[in-house]
Amino acid sequence: MDIDDHDIRLAVNGRTYRRRIESRLLLSDFLRHELGLAGTHVGCEHGVCGACTILFDGEPVRACLMFAVQADRHEISTVEGLAAADDHYHPLQQAMHDHHGLQCGYCTPGILMTMSAFLAENIAPTEEEVREALSGNLCRCTGYQNIVDAVLAAAKSMRG
Amino acid sequence: MKPAPFKYIAATSLEQALALKAEHGDDAKFLAGGQSLIPTMNFRLARPAVLIDINGIEELSGISSSESATRIGALTRYRTLQRDAAFVGLFPLIGEALPHIAHPQIRNRGTVGGNLAHADPASELPAIMLALRARLRVRAQSRERWIDAADFFIGGLTTDLEPDEMLVEIELPLPNARSGASFLEIARRKGDFAIAGVAAMVALDDQDQCSDVRLTLCGVGDTPVDASAAAQSLAGQVPSEALVSDAAGAVQAMIDPGGSVHATADYQRHIAGVLAERALRTAYQRARDGH
Repeated sequence: MDIDDHDIRLAVNGRTYRRRIESRLLLSDFLRHELGLAGTHVGCEHGVCGACTILFDGEPVRACLMFAVQADRHEISTVEGLAAADDHYHPLQQAMHDHHGLQCGYCTPGILMTMSAFLAENIAPTEEEVREALSGNLCRCTGYQNIVDAVLAAAKSMRG
Repeated sequence: MKPAPFKYIAATSLEQALALKAEHGDDAKFLAGGQSLIPTMNFRLARPAVLIDINGIEELSGISSSESATRIGALTRYRTLQRDAAFVGLFPLIGEALPHIAHPQIRNRGTVGGNLAHADPASELPAIMLALRARLRVRAQSRERWIDAADFFIGGLTTDLEPDEMLVEIELPLPNARSGASFLEIARRKGDFAIAGVAAMVALDDQDQCSDVRLTLCGVGDTPVDASAAAQSLAGQVPSEALVSDAAGAVQAMIDPGGSVHATADYQRHIAGVLAERALRTAYQRARDGH
């Protein structure tokens, strides 16, 4: 079969990129290998672990369950774009730091993208809501408790 | 864990998508949410030669209601249903089941039509479509037909769809005004495949007697199971503990779960009975109490 290449144009963290890519290239691999944005981690590659979670037009999705060609003319946010331009942490990043919400850090980018979008919709969540929102992200180090604490603390600091 | 090569075509209209499917038949797959298709392609369990991306076809998305029915476009995402308070109010059975469907990230992307066309027997929506007596509108290039949900699921991951057809719309008749619903499921972990799930719908007459009882299950066979016959002893009755318990026993007798490494067939049958009893009782109470 001939290589099925496509020209795509997309915005990642506010910056426009144009690339020519093969249709079977996963969005997760595109971000890491074509754009060098290796903050999006690849765990299971079948939609179970959540490590590759990014925002697609503002909604958290699995980057391993989309093809890069599908991102043509869409907007993507990755963990590299989460901190403010002056390099101040996002409140959730700061809270994860303060509450020891990570050990090895492999799941962390996916958790940050999932939960920052969650907090943008629900600034005063209950612990149960936080755990439900976290259910699609696996963490093998922390036992989740410190992540839940961090998300609740971030919500509190974002409420001011 | 990388898909085999394929030709990708982003369809810009339903007509174009159907023409492509007519041309390529079983060699082509429609790409909707991709939340089941892409994992199977990543594992190379599926190797379609052509992917027809239908995400750009706006007419396939959305919810509309008339006096007698609500229609859901096949490309409507789970999350859209969850965010639609009016829809969830009309169909609390679906509202209760949605949180059991995978995880938030999957629900942002996965579609109702993709779910039904994939026909995973452990999936919640096929059983719910049976319980709600849904009708499915199917299109091919130069024809259209309606299929009752009861006739759509014919085997594990197998539907009545022909190679040139697309499921385009789901029609749900509005539930009786005095009805109650309950969906219950047990899985190893939240969002995981169901060990067993039960959907119950109970409609009442003005004496609080059951005028219609629907009871369906997921995860306990090759297809979603319509076990409403097991609950027919409730018809015309105010359900007693004994009647509900007998119905649950009848459910256990009629299902044939396959068992897996996570749950033996006996355990699945036990769970199905327990959940059926609870779901029937809860659906009746909600119908009687008006919520």
